[in-house]
Amino acid sequence: MDHEHIVGAAVPRKEGRDKVTGKARYVDDMLLPDMIYGATVRSQIPRGRIQKITFGPGIAWKEFVVVSAKDIPGKNCIALIGDDQPCLASDLVNHPEEPILLLAHPDRHVLRKAVEAVSIEYNPLPALFTMEESECRSETIWGTDNIFKTYRIEKGDVDAVWSRADYIVEGEYSTGAQEQLYIENNGMIASFDVERGITVWGSLQCPYYVHKALLTLCNLPAEKVRVVQMETGGAFGGKEEYPSMIAGHAALLAIKSGKPVKLIYDRTEDMAATTKRHPSRTRHRTAVSRDGKILGGEIEFTIDGGAYATLSSVVLSRGAIHAGGPYYWPNLRIRAKALATNAPPHGAFRGFGAPQSLFAMERHMDRIARVVGLSPIEIRRRNFLQPGQTTATEQVVREPIDLGKLLDRALSLSEYHSKKERFSIENPAGATKRGMGTAAFLHGAGFTGSGERYLSSVVGVEGCADGGVRVLVSSTEFGQGTKTVLCQIAAEALGLRYEDVTIAQPDTTAVPNSGPTVASRTVMVVGKLVASAARGIQQTLMLTGVLGDSYSADEFRTACRGHMAAHGQLRSWAQYEPPPDIFWDDQAYRGEAYAAYSWAVYVAEVAVDLTTYSASVNDFVALQEVGRVLHPVLAIGQIVGGVAQGIGFALYEKVIWQQGRMQNSQMTNYIMPTSSDLPPIRVFFEELGNVHGAFGAKGIGELPMDGPAPAILNAVEDALGIGFDSIPLLPEDIFEAITGRSLASESDVASRVR
Amino acid sequence: MISSLEDRGKSEIALMVNGEPKVVRAFPMERLLDVLRQQLGLTGAKEGCGEGECGSCSVLMDDALVNSCLVPILQAEGAAIVTIEGLAAGEQLETLQEAFLECGGSQCGICTPGMILAAFHLLNKNPRPTLQEVKEGLSGNLCRCTGYVQIFEAVARAAERGTTSS
Repeated sequence: MDHEHIVGAAVPRKEGRDKVTGKARYVDDMLLPDMIYGATVRSQIPRGRIQKITFGPGIAWKEFVVVSAKDIPGKNCIALIGDDQPCLASDLVNHPEEPILLLAHPDRHVLRKAVEAVSIEYNPLPALFTMEESECRSETIWGTDNIFKTYRIEKGDVDAVWSRADYIVEGEYSTGAQEQLYIENNGMIASFDVERGITVWGSLQCPYYVHKALLTLCNLPAEKVRVVQMETGGAFGGKEEYPSMIAGHAALLAIKSGKPVKLIYDRTEDMAATTKRHPSRTRHRTAVSRDGKILGGEIEFTIDGGAYATLSSVVLSRGAIHAGGPYYWPNLRIRAKALATNAPPHGAFRGFGAPQSLFAMERHMDRIARVVGLSPIEIRRRNFLQPGQTTATEQVVREPIDLGKLLDRALSLSEYHSKKERFSIENPAGATKRGMGTAAFLHGAGFTGSGERYLSSVVGVEGCADGGVRVLVSSTEFGQGTKTVLCQIAAEALGLRYEDVTIAQPDTTAVPNSGPTVASRTVMVVGKLVASAARGIQQTLMLTGVLGDSYSADEFRTACRGHMAAHGQLRSWAQYEPPPDIFWDDQAYRGEAYAAYSWAVYVAEVAVDLTTYSASVNDFVALQEVGRVLHPVLAIGQIVGGVAQGIGFALYEKVIWQQGRMQNSQMTNYIMPTSSDLPPIRVFFEELGNVHGAFGAKGIGELPMDGPAPAILNAVEDALGIGFDSIPLLPEDIFEAITGRSLASESDVASRVR
Repeated sequence: MISSLEDRGKSEIALMVNGEPKVVRAFPMERLLDVLRQQLGLTGAKEGCGEGECGSCSVLMDDALVNSCLVPILQAEGAAIVTIEGLAAGEQLETLQEAFLECGGSQCGICTPGMILAAFHLLNKNPRPTLQEVKEGLSGNLCRCTGYVQIFEAVARAAERGTTSS
């Protein structure tokens, strides 16, 4: 086969033309005949029993379709891992914004007033709003102990290290909730008829998650539920689990009204009611030798899961496994715990627990460096994992990764040493203090532990009547480039041109379950299956004698067309098989946690303005080893976008809570970075290749979320000589630390004087 | 769906959309965004926030860049509106559209129509902007996917090639 490599080339995005011309169809762009509009009536209190619901005056209630929990044909839950989250609260509410009733009307403009006219009387119950309150258990709000899940990872003999330690370094670190803030709000359209059952079209990441939830909720057989993904305007994890809720609501309204129902959230509803990144608290206690070697340690990782279990157990698992960072721990104990509070459930967001625990690890490394008297660079270098050593879960590092070399390159690209020297001269006299900070980290690709084995994903490739081929997967495109890269992989595997390959719209009646589009698994795991299914097509054509050993793309098309004409169909399937050398013990939480890791060293240059007390990032270097880069433009786009979200996580994005409810649920008061706020983000790759992924690829999407926050906070400490261990870090926090004055008390004084 | 009673209070409003004269019947305070999307079927303009913060609904109104979620249709009476659908000449993409495709300036695509129109507006006023001017020119349009870098590259590439003037 003689053709140019498609893998590694910057081919145009498959759906790109539709996106730049405005033709791409998102759920809110879709209209169905006779369609009506839905809205959700939500709890106004954090916890209590519903006493009475009154439909107030001034609304033509007869024109409305009203759905309550009593209208649910199946089980009142959003089936995911456990079944604890109701689709509609019937008696008890456990968080503000919990759905209670659904309304629908032909005129979308009358819905807001109608929602406001529903008044609900509650018998309030005491609620818990922080992890500390949940731990104290003054109330039991979930299960018997407010704990969704715990893990314990034990390596070596931690209890024996303390007496040998030259230093014991302790620290506590915390991260706040973060809103995914995809620019397209959540939305679904549902239609129902008795013959065909339920169809939903929507903005979503995981068609088969929605499918499973609808089967349980509507009590329908699998063939009577159809889920179709529309073009999806960003997701970042925020459309992993919550779309099942919205699809359920739209479906219930469609069943009761007999009409298609569109249910689109506005920004405030989306921000207040749907999931966010889990707030976290991490405590480190580390035994270190005089020469800066980690002897062992304890890490306690705790996350706030909100009111229902949803995905917290898996977020906790990934966070716990990543908590030790890219370092060698001869002895380590990690205790992890997900707690219930009376806030809307927290959920999936790019990184999935790892940005939280790695923030702590990387801040803690700088603290260890200070205590031992080494530089932040040297302390990392002396403790980096080496090939042949084992991770926290005793997984042997088989990849030939050289983190020391990666660190050296990142330092040189960022001019770390010369800048640091310059800042140390300029800072004392300047009103702006500058500093440099680094973070080294890893991110496991694919589902954790036995996850991929349980998923057992299936993909298909089929011949088309015109001789090209089509990829059949439920893996979704929401900006990352799924469609493009999977087509590249199929084209490369078959020796075809990129234009010869298309990809089906994710539709559960048309594509197999290739698993959810999460966990940086699409290119590595699904991509590998696509290559294998594509080769199945090639083999069939060769075995039937219509294709020779060596062929051109046009010869392939002729052969494929011929086969289609003769046999009607040409399809090939591939199913995930676990690599034979992968071992994972779910009970002991030990073994090969991930088939492959991506590795990175990030360097941030930060300036703190002592007039405004604001910190800003002036330069950012992101160097990573992600296996083979299959599409350079898309890969850079993933990294830059992730770093930008990481900068927001560190310095801008603060969710303000009051009684479990987000107070700043608008883009005007929840601040994400604009084009003027971001530094040059300079992206570099090392490419070592990877045996587990398609054409040597590893996961890439989540990695860039992990490093920016600690690198930035380390740089802030370098600039000011004052360390901060909590994010987001806002100007008021810096003001308070520098001046020793509290802004809250200042404003009290100001208001008293006035 | 709309009864005659509900129709009362609506006005006929004439405007030019993508070079074509249009007459719509709408309540004077209806948002230009809703008229474009629902009455004229031009769904390229998106609603991201409904309060003029994200710029996804950006269109050109008499050569000014506006958030169509903040413009009452009455105010658009007699105006010339350009939406993303009006930018390409048939199959021939506008220079900026081509550059966004090549440089990775569009990921999920939801901010893309507004972002391209903001860039188009910028290049019309300032055909060779500096990076700082590009950053400022696009700062009313939020993008959560790209971190903006590849958008800046796309605008620079289009500026190099020379964008078509409106």
